Amino acid sequence: MTITHCPYCALQCAMRLERGPEGRPAVRPAPFPTNRGGLCRKGWTAAEVLTVPDRLTRPLLRKDRDSDPVETDWDTALDHVAERLMALRAAAGPDSVAVFGGGGLTNEKAYTLGKFARLALGTSQIDYNGRFCMSSAAAAGNRAFGLDRGMPFPLTDVAEADVVLLAGANPAETMPPMMGHLSSPALIVIDPRRSATAEVALDRGGLHLAPRPGTDTALALGLLHAARVQGRCDEEYLAERTTGFDAAWEHAAAWWPERTERVTGVPAADIRAAADLLGRAARDHAAYILTGRGTEQHSKGTDTVSAWINLALALGLPGRRGSGYGCITGQGNGQGGREHGQKADQLPGYRHIEDPEARDHVARVWGVEPDSLPGPGRSAFELLDALGTPDGPRALLLFGSNPVVSAPDSARVRARLDALDLLVVADFVLSETAAMADVVLPVAQWAEERGTMTNLEGRILRRERATAPPDGVRTDLEVLSSLAARLGQPADRFPTDPDTVLAELGRASAGGAADYSGVTPERLADGQALYWPVRSPEESTPRLFLDSFAHPDGRARLVPVDHRPPAEETDPDHPLVATTGRLMGHYQSGAQSRRVAELDAAEPEVYVEVHPATAARVGLADGDTARVVSRRGHTLARVRLTPTARLDTVFLPFHFAGEQSANNLTHPALDPTSRMPEFKVSAVRLEPAPPDRNGRGVPEETGAPTPGGHG
Amino acid sequence: MNTLQNTSPRRIVVVGNGMVGARFAQEVARLDPSGEHVRVSVVGAEPHTAYNRVLLSGVLAGDHTAERIRLPVPDGPGITVRTGTTATDLDTRRRVLTLDDGSRLPYDELVLATGARAVLPPVPGVRASEGGPGEGVGVLRDLEDCRRLIAMARPGAPMVVLGGGVLGLEIARGLVGRGVRVSVVEASPWIMCRQIDRAAADILADRYAALGVTVHSGRTAVRWTPGSGLELDDGRILPGDALVVAAGVRADTDLAASAGIEVDHGVVVDDRMATSDPRVHAIGDCARHPGGGAGLVQPGWEQAAVLAERLTGTAPHATYTGARPLTRLKAEGIELTAFGRVHEEEGSPNAETVTISDPYGGRYAKLAVREEKVVGAVLLGFPEAAATLAGLYDTGDPVPSDRLALLQGAPLPTSGLQEARDAPVCRCNAVGRIEIEQAWLDGARTREDIAERTRATTGCGGCVREVRAVLEGMRSAPAG
Repeated sequence: MTITHCPYCALQCAMRLERGPEGRPAVRPAPFPTNRGGLCRKGWTAAEVLTVPDRLTRPLLRKDRDSDPVETDWDTALDHVAERLMALRAAAGPDSVAVFGGGGLTNEKAYTLGKFARLALGTSQIDYNGRFCMSSAAAAGNRAFGLDRGMPFPLTDVAEADVVLLAGANPAETMPPMMGHLSSPALIVIDPRRSATAEVALDRGGLHLAPRPGTDTALALGLLHAARVQGRCDEEYLAERTTGFDAAWEHAAAWWPERTERVTGVPAADIRAAADLLGRAARDHAAYILTGRGTEQHSKGTDTVSAWINLALALGLPGRRGSGYGCITGQGNGQGGREHGQKADQLPGYRHIEDPEARDHVARVWGVEPDSLPGPGRSAFELLDALGTPDGPRALLLFGSNPVVSAPDSARVRARLDALDLLVVADFVLSETAAMADVVLPVAQWAEERGTMTNLEGRILRRERATAPPDGVRTDLEVLSSLAARLGQPADRFPTDPDTVLAELGRASAGGAADYSGVTPERLADGQALYWPVRSPEESTPRLFLDSFAHPDGRARLVPVDHRPPAEETDPDHPLVATTGRLMGHYQSGAQSRRVAELDAAEPEVYVEVHPATAARVGLADGDTARVVSRRGHTLARVRLTPTARLDTVFLPFHFAGEQSANNLTHPALDPTSRMPEFKVSAVRLEPAPPDRNGRGVPEETGAPTPGGHG
Repeated sequence: MNTLQNTSPRRIVVVGNGMVGARFAQEVARLDPSGEHVRVSVVGAEPHTAYNRVLLSGVLAGDHTAERIRLPVPDGPGITVRTGTTATDLDTRRRVLTLDDGSRLPYDELVLATGARAVLPPVPGVRASEGGPGEGVGVLRDLEDCRRLIAMARPGAPMVVLGGGVLGLEIARGLVGRGVRVSVVEASPWIMCRQIDRAAADILADRYAALGVTVHSGRTAVRWTPGSGLELDDGRILPGDALVVAAGVRADTDLAASAGIEVDHGVVVDDRMATSDPRVHAIGDCARHPGGGAGLVQPGWEQAAVLAERLTGTAPHATYTGARPLTRLKAEGIELTAFGRVHEEEGSPNAETVTISDPYGGRYAKLAVREEKVVGAVLLGFPEAAATLAGLYDTGDPVPSDRLALLQGAPLPTSGLQEARDAPVCRCNAVGRIEIEQAWLDGARTREDIAERTRATTGCGGCVREVRAVLEGMRSAPAG
């Protein structure tokens, strides 16, 4: 029996892995503050991912794109990759090779991946799928507080609040055990859909505000306006602990509730009621504002989060016991994954790659010259979009991600991957992206290796090895180490032991914002609650900002932001707004969860949630197959009539692949600061789809034998 | 606008630093942040920086202070703002604007954003001989007016509002909130007669009466006597320490008219916001576009955005094609939305109207639909329907077939949809009642036992109570 943590989301529920019937591993929940002994369906069935029948155990290699991949041995595969990479580098320079990582990778892997890119490849071209998750909240948090830790307080604090506002977050569906912390506070849920969380809010005397997708900034500004009219701004706090209120207010001043109603579709009376509910709790220092992807995944996501943070600051919430602002990190290691250097502009410890002191420090730890470190590279979508173009990378090494399903505008991403000279994918199943690769490297997963994760509270956790990987499988650290050696790196520069890497990560992050130098295997094994910064063997920082914020003047900054429309508007050909999101039974691209029989049976295919009147207009009934068409592509989805839906908005879960992929529709317009794509707003139309020859409207997913790829 | 490249920036002069003039400069700052294409000088008569005129009634109501309704000062290397300065002469031939301090501003493009002024009706005592307001008479057009009104509004004192339109009613709501005893006089047969029908107005008047505001519709003012009150055409005298006139506005077109630019109840503009002089443009309340929009801020802002796109070269062919004006009364505790053609549509052959009248509840709704599209509505006390219908009016999307459900703001009848997908007790783990009962039969007696066997309650925990209820039901069920 091993106590470890879940392979999926950032709640990182604790679980016991034990031998079940027939000797197969089985999961039971374990007590832990974030999950309080609970688990969702994904967690309960997580052990099944360890024994999926289509597990990869031998490297796959194909000599050219027209031939099928064939199984080969590790030396052949790695030699092939190293040769091709060296040839490309010699011919076209180090930036001709790119690396793409993931927010599900352990801290040790994320750190090593960044180091591998900068040292073994010498490339600036590295980014990761977290850009599609956390980047807007991270950018807004950094500019407001001088530091980005998703929740700068333990999740258990939230349970004590009177009111929690959830903007674009649906934890009842995406992180069910988190709801245990939200059972006492009244909830204000901001979501275009009557989500499971919105239902909970309404059942318990809270509020659900349903803005038109893409108008959250206006709504946050309208709430600030209403709160100030109601006398709820904390003038003393604003004067002592913040700067920038006046300039921020000048924008909010133009968002009186009636105007906000016109843009968002949220009744002015509801805006006032929400401001009143939140404002009264704020007066008692018992309110939280939490954001999720729904409000962040926009081409203006950073400004939208800033608008929410401005509201929190105006009410005096952050940096106080009992109240605050936080973002709910999504991916398992979405927090740690954004701290240690797999991001294009970043070095370990949440350091900036252009900061000379940061370069000096990290270069010293790595034993190289600071000048040898490359500068910042392209952000995730820009990187994918540059692949195989004249100025872009010719090869891509991909770890822990499945961008064919999870990136916006799938057709475009596929075309770019197709244009590469070399695509190398490390995964444990043949994901949709792995299915396109020239070389597939079968790697260990989750409970087959040890490593640390940093959960949504900024708490560093130990994931334990509970079982041995299948024969033939290597860990990501082993893969990187053996590739580095083939690329001429010193033998000891890329260790394969996670604890050794953790110790090095500690040294590399020392003195940075996300300082892990006091994290040791012993403290983790001891179950100590280690919230970063952990600057010494004694320290842990459960609550940040209680005395001061992380800017040099110690103050939080309100950033003046205004609403702006989404990147694309509806028109007569595309009269509806499509928005995307998650289901309880699936995770990200579905690579893991679609392979679990129970989860697959519960939600086997994509659907489109649509108001009955909107469906009736185009002749669609419940259970019909709809063709959802955007300016970029289409998705075939089962119609699910939903009387609580907005008339102008349809919803599709994004865990499915091929013609069922919601990301066939989505818009790659990027946020100017965070480079977050506009996942949450696409102009679409619905039309009936003729049933295929099986008589089953929704087609089988294409690509892999079954679905695939983690991340 | 490639022709602009490699030339010196064009000089734009904006007359008027109100909501629309300032917005234009702000849009320019956004579209041309380095000032490489255009330079903008904004000239404003008021001594303050731009502020949000729409919220003056909020300042009067005590919701805001003057400080709080300031608008962002347009910021950019190419932008200057001069306050407390009036334009005295416009020479369109030489393209020079002269200011009251004697300075002369040459321009390549001129933007008139001079707004509108309050109209004082020719009633003895209301208008002084020099044309300004009489003794004890105020209007609400700028911050200075607002300060005067606040000084006049003493708790318990009587005040009369002349004009029962949107502004008059907002003023009345603000004053009554300050404890003033308010009467409203409206010459038309009912209040807000341009926006709502009589039945709605009657209910609205009742709502005001409940707040302590008496409404006198269909009455004209005969004489204002300071210290006494306002005499009506029926001989009644409404007591008032002060009179607030909200009887409409007139576009401020003096500068344009004196320069020979075509004026007809406003500076006449086309879809490009150009006046009869192609180098002179007009936006906001001073402009008259065939598609309407004067008197409301949103159309003015849209006009500012279009003109900024044109003049910066960002979108040289952008046009403004008219507004879909929507009236939203800003009066605490009263939710009133009105738009489109409700009166005209009633009784016309292709139109249908749905009406809900609830005088007791102080609510009223009228929806006019033509060819499946919303063409007008009056909604008093229907906040959710108002938000939804305004959206349908804006987009022109078809109206759902169940008009009543739509007005009530309720989801449509589900016709068993959700029941068909019978909701499990524990949603997180998809555990139904039958499985919980089976677990009980197999010996599970506590919530913990049930969790152990079925996983129910281990997700979000929201079903704990329901699981306990199922157990309780099994316990008390007759044996066998």
